[in-house]
Amino acid sequence: MEGNVAVLSRGFSGFRRPQPPREIPEGQYYETGFPVLTYGPTERVSQSDWKFTIDLGEGGFKSWTWDDLMAMPQTDIHTDIHCVTKWSMLDSDWKGVDLDVFFEQAGLGENIAGDYLMIRSFGGYTTNLPVADVRGGKAYIVHEFGGEPITQEHGGPVRMIVPHLYFWKSAKWVESIRFMDEDAPGFWEANGYHMYGDPWKEQRYWGD
Amino acid sequence: MESITVETYRVKTFRLLLPLWQPFRPGMHYDVRLTAPDGYQAQRSYSIATGPETRNVVDLTVETIEGGEVSPYFHDIVEVGDQVEVRGPIGGPFTWDGSMGGPLLLIGGGSGIVPLMSMLRHRNSTACLVPTLLLYSSRSPGNVIYSDELDALSAAGNGFEVEHTFTRKIPDGWNGFARRVDVEMISEVSDRLGIIGRAFICGPEGFVETAANALVNAGIASERIRTERFGPIGTR
Repeated sequence: MEGNVAVLSRGFSGFRRPQPPREIPEGQYYETGFPVLTYGPTERVSQSDWKFTIDLGEGGFKSWTWDDLMAMPQTDIHTDIHCVTKWSMLDSDWKGVDLDVFFEQAGLGENIAGDYLMIRSFGGYTTNLPVADVRGGKAYIVHEFGGEPITQEHGGPVRMIVPHLYFWKSAKWVESIRFMDEDAPGFWEANGYHMYGDPWKEQRYWGD
Repeated sequence: MESITVETYRVKTFRLLLPLWQPFRPGMHYDVRLTAPDGYQAQRSYSIATGPETRNVVDLTVETIEGGEVSPYFHDIVEVGDQVEVRGPIGGPFTWDGSMGGPLLLIGGGSGIVPLMSMLRHRNSTACLVPTLLLYSSRSPGNVIYSDELDALSAAGNGFEVEHTFTRKIPDGWNGFARRVDVEMISEVSDRLGIIGRAFICGPEGFVETAANALVNAGIASERIRTERFGPIGTR
């Protein structure tokens, strides 16, 4: 799949699956279920154990508990999800808090040190993002999917969603954020996945 | 496409002769991309079944999914000599080679055996003696992929054992496991292996969830457990 020169597949007509209600990125298929993809066992994090921390640098931290999260202004998010393993889930509904609200409560405002951040999950998963991609209503810390609490397999009680990027950037069991001056790979980015992961540019793997 | 082998009534192995074969770690996969005359494309990932010691070719073992888009194309249309567009090898966390040691517990459900088979073939080709146990769940004996080869590998007496469980049709006189994988079964095979250095679980979501949770509850550190899950395909 180097470049855009496709090999015509003899006898392949395609279009055997129901077509999605609108365009989805190249190479994706329309999935009405919600597959579970995790490289290890499901993390068991209870609401009372869950705590979310932003590393403010120079030894400073700001943390939120489940109760803190519930007391924050909630946003309903209606969005499409695109997974690098080729499925796209359309019109999914999530509920949670805009990451900007956390930055405000941490007193960061526009003064964020570093252009990149590393998200860390309970269990040790990590993924990197540009700060610009989590500001202005692009990233959320969510606790409901489809009107129900997010199940543990799908990252509950609390996960992150960054719907405009491939779904591996949307960390399950989200635990913390730390800012970085320079971009550095997280878990999958060190294992062959693209550093940025724009589904509309098909940035799946290294070299895309 | 160099050759096509029927494994079971639902599963075939497709041997691809690659213009640029690259070394890989057992457990990795290739992406396959199909292109229709009007430009429509469909992509899926399939695990490599061969070990990295088999050079120049890779085997992709594919189960046909009713109403699917790519697997029925492979099963019903692809012929030896056809060109197939692939990209890989891809993957990292779900890989094992001899240097990672063991003891090694492999748990496969249905076509989830495929990446585990790459590990077993690598283990055998390199005369690796890491104690290894495969727990393999199939609907019936007729659904067991690589059946003869697994029998031969376990008969070799080099520290590899296979334990089958059948969930739908149980052969006459069978005295092995005859149910879906559950906590007791995982506990029994884990005990037989003793210490578990690494565990790899591949299969349908519910199967993987059950097996992985059982290992975690048995005290195996999550970092030692790697999973690969497939399904649902909600709209086929």
